[in-house]
Amino acid sequence: MRVPLRWLHEYCAPELTPASLAERLAMSGTEVERIEHHGVGGAEAFVVGRVLAAERHPDADRLRVCTVDTGDGEPSQIVCGAPNVAAGQTVAVARPGAVMPDGTRLKRARLRGQESNGMILAEDEVAIGTDHDGIMVLDDSLAAGTPLAGVLPISDDVLVVEVTPNRPDCLGIYGIAREVHAATGAPLAPEPWSQDPAPEGVLDAVRIDVRCPDLCPRFTARAFEEVRIGPSPPWLKARLMAAGQRPISNVVDITNYVMMLTGQPLHAFDLDRIAGARLVVRTAHDGETMQTLDGQTRTLSSGMVLIADGDGPTSIAGIMGGERSEVHSGTTRVLMEVANWDGANIHRTSLALGLRSEASTRNEKGLQPEQAMQAQAIATRLMIDLCGARPLPGTIDIGGDGPPPATIRLRDARVSGLLGVDVPRDRCAEILTALGFGAEPAPDGLDVTVPSFRRSDVTREADLIEEVARLGALDTLPATLPAHRARVDSDRRASVGLTAVQRLRRRVTDALAARGLHEIVGWSFEGPETAQRLGLAERPATALANPMSAEQSRLRTTLLGSLLDAGRRNRARGAGAVRLFEQGAVYLPGGGARPDEPYRVGALLAGPVRPATWRDPRPPASDFFAAKGVMAATLDAVRAPWTVRRGGEPFLHPGRAATVLVGDEVAGWLGELHPGVAEAWDWSDPVAAFELDLDVVARHLSVARYADLTSFPEVREDLAVVVADTVAASDVLDVVRQAGGALLAGAEVFDVYRDELRVGAGNVSLALRLRFRAGDRTLTDDEVAARRRRIAEALAQRLQGRVRDS
Amino acid sequence: MSEMTERIAALERAAREAIDAAATTLELEDARVSHLGRRAPLPNLLRGVAELDPAQRAQVGRAANEARRALEEAIERRGGDLAQAELRARLIAEGVDVTLDADPLPAVGRLHLITQTRREIEDVFVALGYDVVEGPEVETVHYNFDALNHAPTHPSRLPTDTFYIDTGSGSPDIFAPDTPLLRVHTSPMQVRAMEAQPPPIYVIVPGRVFRPDSDATHTPQFHQIEGLAIDTDITLADLKGTLLTFARAIFGEQREVRLRPHFFPFTEPSVEVDVSCFHCTGGVTPDGQRCPLCKGTAWIEILGSGMVDPNVLLAVSDHGYDPERVQGFAFGMGIERIAMLKHGVPDLRLLYDNDIRLLEQF
Repeated sequence: MRVPLRWLHEYCAPELTPASLAERLAMSGTEVERIEHHGVGGAEAFVVGRVLAAERHPDADRLRVCTVDTGDGEPSQIVCGAPNVAAGQTVAVARPGAVMPDGTRLKRARLRGQESNGMILAEDEVAIGTDHDGIMVLDDSLAAGTPLAGVLPISDDVLVVEVTPNRPDCLGIYGIAREVHAATGAPLAPEPWSQDPAPEGVLDAVRIDVRCPDLCPRFTARAFEEVRIGPSPPWLKARLMAAGQRPISNVVDITNYVMMLTGQPLHAFDLDRIAGARLVVRTAHDGETMQTLDGQTRTLSSGMVLIADGDGPTSIAGIMGGERSEVHSGTTRVLMEVANWDGANIHRTSLALGLRSEASTRNEKGLQPEQAMQAQAIATRLMIDLCGARPLPGTIDIGGDGPPPATIRLRDARVSGLLGVDVPRDRCAEILTALGFGAEPAPDGLDVTVPSFRRSDVTREADLIEEVARLGALDTLPATLPAHRARVDSDRRASVGLTAVQRLRRRVTDALAARGLHEIVGWSFEGPETAQRLGLAERPATALANPMSAEQSRLRTTLLGSLLDAGRRNRARGAGAVRLFEQGAVYLPGGGARPDEPYRVGALLAGPVRPATWRDPRPPASDFFAAKGVMAATLDAVRAPWTVRRGGEPFLHPGRAATVLVGDEVAGWLGELHPGVAEAWDWSDPVAAFELDLDVVARHLSVARYADLTSFPEVREDLAVVVADTVAASDVLDVVRQAGGALLAGAEVFDVYRDELRVGAGNVSLALRLRFRAGDRTLTDDEVAARRRRIAEALAQRLQGRVRDS
Repeated sequence: MSEMTERIAALERAAREAIDAAATTLELEDARVSHLGRRAPLPNLLRGVAELDPAQRAQVGRAANEARRALEEAIERRGGDLAQAELRARLIAEGVDVTLDADPLPAVGRLHLITQTRREIEDVFVALGYDVVEGPEVETVHYNFDALNHAPTHPSRLPTDTFYIDTGSGSPDIFAPDTPLLRVHTSPMQVRAMEAQPPPIYVIVPGRVFRPDSDATHTPQFHQIEGLAIDTDITLADLKGTLLTFARAIFGEQREVRLRPHFFPFTEPSVEVDVSCFHCTGGVTPDGQRCPLCKGTAWIEILGSGMVDPNVLLAVSDHGYDPERVQGFAFGMGIERIAMLKHGVPDLRLLYDNDIRLLEQF
């Protein structure tokens, strides 16, 4: 909201610079976004002038060459293009050097050969109105040379205030003035609605029928006759301009002015255009239409509230009036409607229609019924003063004031108990009184009466404590720490800091970084084409109802998409090797309304496994085994019991794809990308990756148990076995480990060998290193030989393996 | 001198010549074999000593033994010299250009700045006795708004401010409690944490949040850390002390904090927290310029917070949170904002671009 300081100062004028005032407001809870200057810059160059002569310009029909007394001795020659300029007028003059509202500096000029030393001003040129049809003609009693700033509000500072949703009372200048009063101690002028000039009586010019009183708690109307529509006076126009509102005509300007002052929207009907002299407030029928002031046809639905006359809808309640009953230049009778509406309903209607107005943004905050009559009182005064209007006796008032004010006990102990600092009772009372509350002493504190304009915001003791805190405690608040007497009862979890899963994530990501991978943070969003390119188009995904773009319209089901996106970007920018990982949730639609959100870590490797050097000019490219190595290092770092088996996701190279198991549970995948998928991300060389579900990994971690590996020596044996190519190395090792039993401490493949002549076509020879050990003795040769035989037999029996003689 | 000793002397002379002539350890070995080996004349001569008459025996035997010992010593000496020379030659031949580049060790990767900052903040609060809890990113209107005392008219509920999930049944009902959405803050977890654990509770909630917004200081996804402390006697002063501790841990020992009143639906009183600028003194940089970081105000806003609103506690009163018996504070901060402030990152979007050259800097 824009708060012009000249206007504010009419109600509260602290002796502070605009910046200090803004600071004081900010520190007491009214955030000032910025301070804007409105109008001319530097008022010295603007003065009152008298036109001594106005001659036709010799070379331009529309220009006049004026001789103007600006009070500094020698009259100035000023060329003026306004049609209404004439000798004898008292006018507003900008001298050379003047800074205009748009920031330009006025210079001595030559217009069609005639010197011009300044400018005779129209109201729009000093931003106090929008009229540009002619120059302003001022009161002849003003002496030439009088500073113009003392005559017209040509320069002002405007506080642009961010009003929080709980303070609709600050949507009006007077509400802000009240805050300024409380924050600075500067005196507050009486409420501007305290004098109501309306004559008593019964108004029967219209009939009003409110059919939905729950949505329209109060409806008031006053009628005026002998209204003369015309422009508003300069002071009013200037205030509206500074507040960011265009002046239109006196009646419309009055409604806007009173709204800016009180926060309460008003609507002026042309009384003669209210069909049947009758207004009905009711909810709309589905599909009902009406034309609003902005010329648009609006289609309403049930639940929206409208005001109808004998010919149908004429206003969307609380949001915008209709074209049909608008005040126009020939209007002579006005019905001033000020009503109170249900905020939530206005909000919903405004949302559904996509229609926001100064009125709707205020009404939707939930105003108080009392504000309606406050606005009527000020509007009536202005209708009389500015439009020459005659108010008809009486006010239609359906609904009346809101509920009586609540009284809330503010306990001294509660104030210090919640804030951690004592605020004396007197100080609390002082603060609350300044804000418009009533405060009476009570045995243990104060009984505080809430004024109507704070009725919805302040309902509890805590709300009062906030008022005390913001004005009386924050600047002296000590800094303490909670006593923190957390109890560790039997039924209560002890404080653990990080959970096991959180610690696991840290260890896994530390391990990946230690292996040279950089962590990225990708988007949770993706576009449908990501799934398409990964061959996952059929996999269900969570979609957004209101995405910012198609590329961010769904939630990812794998980390691979964002890894590939980041990898491609880096590759395009010249990165040779790409070694990235990411951690975070993926979103898998399950049974419920919300998807499952497993926490995963994924890695992507492309390009050389290490940088080329003079010693190693052609390091190998990152392939399946490079990725497997990183994954192994990571899982081994947390001692996860993992294995892989053939085959995996559809986006992987079918011959280089694996499913990762931790314990016996599927924990993720590992592989080289399918060349077609890599190609879709502009990759022609191998790209290897893996993705692990850390929640699964966490389920299979156990505490390491001590084993004696040092007291007795280990016996190492090599063994070569020929098996069919289709047998996986892990199958061979499984058989070996089973047959080896407890004495077999380890078995690894150290060579893989294919040769048609020596091992036969379709076969592969695996060289295994076997390590035997017992915890309680040194193994004998016989024991080891027996184990080895058992292993050979098992391989022959279960895998048709043939052990080659070594 | 007998003929025999004459002979021994000649053999010794010949052997010495051969030893001296040997240019390599190999040649020296050859010389040893030919002069002191099993078939060489001197050892043979020694073996023949037994056949001499006793008068000669002792004399010849002594002479031969002395000659052999002397030769063995000479070989030893010569061998040592030759081995030394050979080692010197080999080492010279093995010389390298020491100015060539070293073998690089495997480069170390980095945790993303967001992760580093998140851990740093987590560790501060873990040390203060807080648990780290996390909640779902896809939330409901109930947890994201209603249970946090957001009025139906609060603007953050609008589809312009909140991502809603497409449930396949037309436009989302932003007032229905079960309508799914992407959480706009980590605050829903306040409620879930209190539902899961009776007071006292001291938790922080790190996590990803979402708002439809994109410019230099906004991305549609970002990260927050929420804090919640509820006990019988927690005060606003405790909030100030906690955040002062946090600010000093993250931004340096000299920092101060100030509390500025504000409005949040789920706290009462609500305050925004500013930290004293760590880039200037009183808004002016050492070179006399207006500080670009705090815009000359000497304070930088870092988070929003307040005393938990009684209505939020009432919503979980079944779980032991009676607003007349327990009270506490809550706060929420943007991890990216903290990281950007601390490290001078000018544009939030850089953190989501994931350029390796940026990632490597932290």
